[in-house]
Amino acid sequence: MINKSEMPEGYGGEGFFATSLSKAVGVARANSIWPLPFATSCCGIEFMATMGTDYDLARFGMERLSFSPRQADLLMVMGTIAKKMGPILKQVYMQMAEPKWVIAVGACASSGGIFDTYSVLQGIDKVIPVDVYVPGCPPRPEQIIDGIMKIQELVKNEPLRRRHSPEYQHLMEKYQIA
Amino acid sequence: MQVQSYFSSLDNLDGELATLNLGPTHPATHGIFQNVLKMDGERIVSAEPTIGYIHRAFEKLAERRPYNQIAPITDRLNYCSSPINNMGWHMTVEKLIGCELPKRAQYMRVIIMELARIADHLVCNAVIGVDTGALTGFTYMFQERERIYEIYEEVCGARLTTNIGRIGGMERDFSPEFHEKLQKFLKDFPAKFEEFNSLLERNRIFMDRTIGAGPIAPDRALAYGFTGPNLRAAGVDYDVRVMEPYSSYDDFEFDIPIGKEGDTYDRFVVRQEEIRQSLRIIRQAYENLPQGKCHADVPAFYLPEKPDVYTKMEALIYHFKVVMQETPIPVGEVYHAVEGGNGELGFYLVSDGGRTPYRLHFRRPCFIYYQAYPEMVKGSMLSDAILTMSSMNVIAGELDA
Amino acid sequence: MNLDNGTLLAAIERQFPTAILSHSEPHGMLTIETSREKIVEMLRFLKEDSETDMNFLTSLCAVHYPKQEDREMCVVYHLHSFRQNLRLRVKIFFPVNDPNTPTMTTLWPAANWMERQEYDFFGVQFTGHPDLRRILNVDDMEVFPMRKEYRLEDGTRTDKDDRFFGRDGHEGIEFD
Repeated sequence: MINKSEMPEGYGGEGFFATSLSKAVGVARANSIWPLPFATSCCGIEFMATMGTDYDLARFGMERLSFSPRQADLLMVMGTIAKKMGPILKQVYMQMAEPKWVIAVGACASSGGIFDTYSVLQGIDKVIPVDVYVPGCPPRPEQIIDGIMKIQELVKNEPLRRRHSPEYQHLMEKYQIA
Repeated sequence: MQVQSYFSSLDNLDGELATLNLGPTHPATHGIFQNVLKMDGERIVSAEPTIGYIHRAFEKLAERRPYNQIAPITDRLNYCSSPINNMGWHMTVEKLIGCELPKRAQYMRVIIMELARIADHLVCNAVIGVDTGALTGFTYMFQERERIYEIYEEVCGARLTTNIGRIGGMERDFSPEFHEKLQKFLKDFPAKFEEFNSLLERNRIFMDRTIGAGPIAPDRALAYGFTGPNLRAAGVDYDVRVMEPYSSYDDFEFDIPIGKEGDTYDRFVVRQEEIRQSLRIIRQAYENLPQGKCHADVPAFYLPEKPDVYTKMEALIYHFKVVMQETPIPVGEVYHAVEGGNGELGFYLVSDGGRTPYRLHFRRPCFIYYQAYPEMVKGSMLSDAILTMSSMNVIAGELDA
Repeated sequence: MNLDNGTLLAAIERQFPTAILSHSEPHGMLTIETSREKIVEMLRFLKEDSETDMNFLTSLCAVHYPKQEDREMCVVYHLHSFRQNLRLRVKIFFPVNDPNTPTMTTLWPAANWMERQEYDFFGVQFTGHPDLRRILNVDDMEVFPMRKEYRLEDGTRTDKDDRFFGRDGHEGIEFD
């Protein structure tokens, strides 16, 4: 059984289809995300299993993993981020071009996890804004896919002017990202 | 060889060396570590590693957690083969309290540990394949790892960070589904593994890429504290399972493969052979699995059966004490080592009688042998350096702890 | 010649009659205590002598005992002789106000990072180490976090309330 993605609402006839630009762009973006796997520890191995054949993330359009931030849409932070790593994570985030989304996979990326210590960043939302949190230690591949599908919903429904809105500018200023 | 004359001409270079920053986030380094390389064109003159990007302070954390809560922490050391870390910790505590396990529990532990070793070596070898450009082996071998994960789930419920076993034995006996799954695995895996092997072992391109990449001599390896497959590839047959058998390893017959040059090809082939030997051990342990209980009689550490907790008074009190960790622990210090996926994983435990250890030091093999990396890649090309790093199987969780 | 704990102890006592301050065998591993002045000679002897043949440095770690006057810092060396299949533990104690002790990198290059880790965690100064700087923690950290007076958690974190974890923020400072 193959699920094709749904057509957005619009008015169509023979040889033409009219819909709003944001819906068309949303559908295109949501089904062709280029993720950047920022895998640090154990959740990285679960990500490798998710990319493997049993759970296959490629069927969601994420066939091409991009390790260069300049070419990536989705930053998948998987694993513990230590305080030593925080500035590097922020730099990678800043190097990504708009529009960009962030998914925090695992308990360590969401809130520090079981490592409530002096050297671990208690959640990556201390340094970058996060869109979806996937809890678990490590989360099962099905949970990671659930998080990815939520990201796809966010991407599909995002208004085109969001990144220029004052609320978004305020969010970036809160994190001191120019 | 060519490398010697190349070094003597270095004096004429003056200022032509390039500095390349490899990492900390880099697609080819499997894990988070940074290497600042000084390159002369494509050749590496020197390397300086920086680690600590996932430092999670395990040793400090262990001083604040009771003994049974430390097992999930040990999971996260070498997370590709977490059952081995768990069992190592349980055996350390059992050595401290002087507890002897029944044979059945020991054989059960051996089966789980050898499955973990297979999983770890599969990742490492598949990743060596990926780094030379052969992605196919990776996709096939990850399917086999999923079968191993399913077997873990039958025992403990988790796939990766398993927390298998308890102090005093295993938490429950093997279920019927476990037996089914293990038998199916033992039947199907060898053929698929030999397919993967045939893709790479005598493949001309793979051999040309890996032979001569990152060699190390046996005496240098010993001086750098190498253990495990890296040391065995260099030619020294040191295996903790044979030197100081624990958990009835001396009941089983298995060989220890060693290599000659200590380069990437030797490390690959040694790991492949170790997978075959692990299968041999699992078969022997499974066919001769003795009857008996799956845990020792240490009510102070091992939770009593639930029907007893609801009906008998002592069982209720023991249950309470174990869960609230009020059990008195003997004073003393103990060092116990197990053969992890990467070598001798040691636990040095100092107990002062309190609920938590006074000091717990992990002897992490990855941390110790990664020091030799600059020496191993000196004079080689960048692509060989990447291969050397992935063939050393450096797991960031164990490196930084 | 087969070595065991008794003959090993005798061999060391023969060579260093005054250097062994105490010895014991907890759980079957011979543990001897010596002083930091004699440690390099003793380990060199253990490594190079054909009878003891301790060719492998298994591990090196430090322990902090804040309650022992003038002996707060302890460095523990675990040695292993492959041929004789015997392990040995050697300990040295020294005060925390003078945490200098000689390095083992001349004997075993493996000690390089192990000593950096103990410097990072405890502040033990290994004299003669080629590159003694922090390895796992952030470079600009001012304290040595594994010492008993420092707590595990980051005191400045705002999202977790210590009261809900049964802590009052003073763990580890008064340790008994």
